[in-house]
Amino acid sequence: MNTEVTPARRGILVLALIAAVMGYPFVFTSNYAIELGMLVLLGAFLGQAWNVAGGFAGQFSFGHAAFFGTGAYCSAILVSTYGVNPWLAFALAAVSGAVVGGIVGALSFRFGLRGSYFALITLAFAEILRVLADSVPITRGGLGILISADPGWKNLQFESSTGVYYFAAVLCAISLLIAYWLKTSRFGARLAAIRENEAAASALGVNVFWQKVHCLVLSGAMSAVGGAFYVQKYLFIDPYLAYNINRSVEMLLISMIGGAGTIFGPFVGALAIGLIGEGTRALSTAPGLSLVVYGLILILIIGFLPQGLIGLTSKLRRKGASNAS
Amino acid sequence: MLLEVDRLCKSFGGLQAVSDASVRLPEGGIVALIGPNGAGKTTLFASIAGFIAPDSGTVRFAGTDITGWKPHRICMAGMVRTFQITQPFSRLSVHENIMVGAYARTANAREAADRAEAVARQVGMHHLLQTESINLTVAARKRLELARALATQPRVLLLDEVMAGLNPTEIQEIVDVVKAIRTAGVSILLIEHVMQAVMSLAEKIYVLSQGAIIAEGLPQEVTSNTAVIEAYFGKKKVAA
Repeated sequence: MNTEVTPARRGILVLALIAAVMGYPFVFTSNYAIELGMLVLLGAFLGQAWNVAGGFAGQFSFGHAAFFGTGAYCSAILVSTYGVNPWLAFALAAVSGAVVGGIVGALSFRFGLRGSYFALITLAFAEILRVLADSVPITRGGLGILISADPGWKNLQFESSTGVYYFAAVLCAISLLIAYWLKTSRFGARLAAIRENEAAASALGVNVFWQKVHCLVLSGAMSAVGGAFYVQKYLFIDPYLAYNINRSVEMLLISMIGGAGTIFGPFVGALAIGLIGEGTRALSTAPGLSLVVYGLILILIIGFLPQGLIGLTSKLRRKGASNAS
Repeated sequence: MLLEVDRLCKSFGGLQAVSDASVRLPEGGIVALIGPNGAGKTTLFASIAGFIAPDSGTVRFAGTDITGWKPHRICMAGMVRTFQITQPFSRLSVHENIMVGAYARTANAREAADRAEAVARQVGMHHLLQTESINLTVAARKRLELARALATQPRVLLLDEVMAGLNPTEIQEIVDVVKAIRTAGVSILLIEHVMQAVMSLAEKIYVLSQGAIIAEGLPQEVTSNTAVIEAYFGKKKVAA
């Protein structure tokens, strides 16, 4: 059987995916199921945000919550304290994430931090921001910020869970387009070159420092959009929710389990993590069981499938091809 | 002179890797840098291409002082190096590898892809375009180094032992490729151990030993130079 991925087949797959995402709320109509679907889509979006830096450029961050939380706070403060229009606040949240991404990137890369050192410094940045959010007046410290509920398009709040679901689907689609752009553009090619070999990249005219900073700006902006979305959905944010290390870990888990550096990896990863979460909850009510399972799966993936679940499909395809020939 | 290196010095701790080295490469020329292992050839190359900041001395390229510039800036100015120990982007295909070089001159993916394909043809590896570069043989990796550098459309190509580890047939193929590149108007400075290649390519040879240029001149002159022979084989014992 010919299992090659032709453009036509890819097109059919993408159309099927769109149909599945669009049709899901009509098949699974309970609020619980729709909420679950929304969380998968948000996870796919956030995983893609991490993937831009960690997957495409190989800049392995352990602190993407820094950007998520900043976006969440930026939009919450603007809306509740300054009465800014939520749509505008949403856009400004993206800018805030871009700025924090730029600062974190410029500082870390200026001093040549790579690999695990970069991972640790990003973790430290997220922790610093959490402590700050806990203590400065503008975030109202540990009390957190509440946004008054006033559902409607004007306020970027949704009466039905379906509305939120489709909003998450749109964000997810945009993140996939960004990933596609990275796979086909000069910027993406340069990030891949940096991931593979920084010295060779710079010899070939790539300004490694600037490209890496740009990459964190983009990744930070996307993560912040995720944070702003979170605030608009739950209408509440506090330092723990914003800058939780679990958020950072979840983002990288989703991307790595699905396939870091691939377009659909984060989507597959979010789906897998969602299913595993539901599965473990159904099996046992012991708290934290899902985390144990995630950990085990991550170890297996890193050990045997560096390309993630997406890599599994191409591996099987190669196997099928060599068996057939 | 297209490239002028003047009295360049570089030491690592107490080790003087390059001392007072001056090298000149004329427009359209092809010049070789030879010397025993550990003579400082690669350090000199790295200093010229911006990978190492020299302690003193200047590097002038096309009339501009580029001493201390970063590698990417030097590449954009028109001078590019290859690596002795090949540095492929392992998980990218040959085509994608070369495209990174081509992107130095265009932001357009289509143009970069076409340019990369043309360069691959030029160095004789177009049949390998879709191969992941981690799966290439040593000879093919050397060609890939050359192709990537060439794709940046340089005026000066710095080739660091592109023939080391190749068999005579492969060497002859690369020699022909390098000759063609030079004919196309690219000036070349090369480090090489393979004398077969050096003698058939270079118009002028510099000999580096213990960090210093000990001889320079035409290939025939240099190979019969006593200092050079001593650097490679040691001093002749004087009969008592």
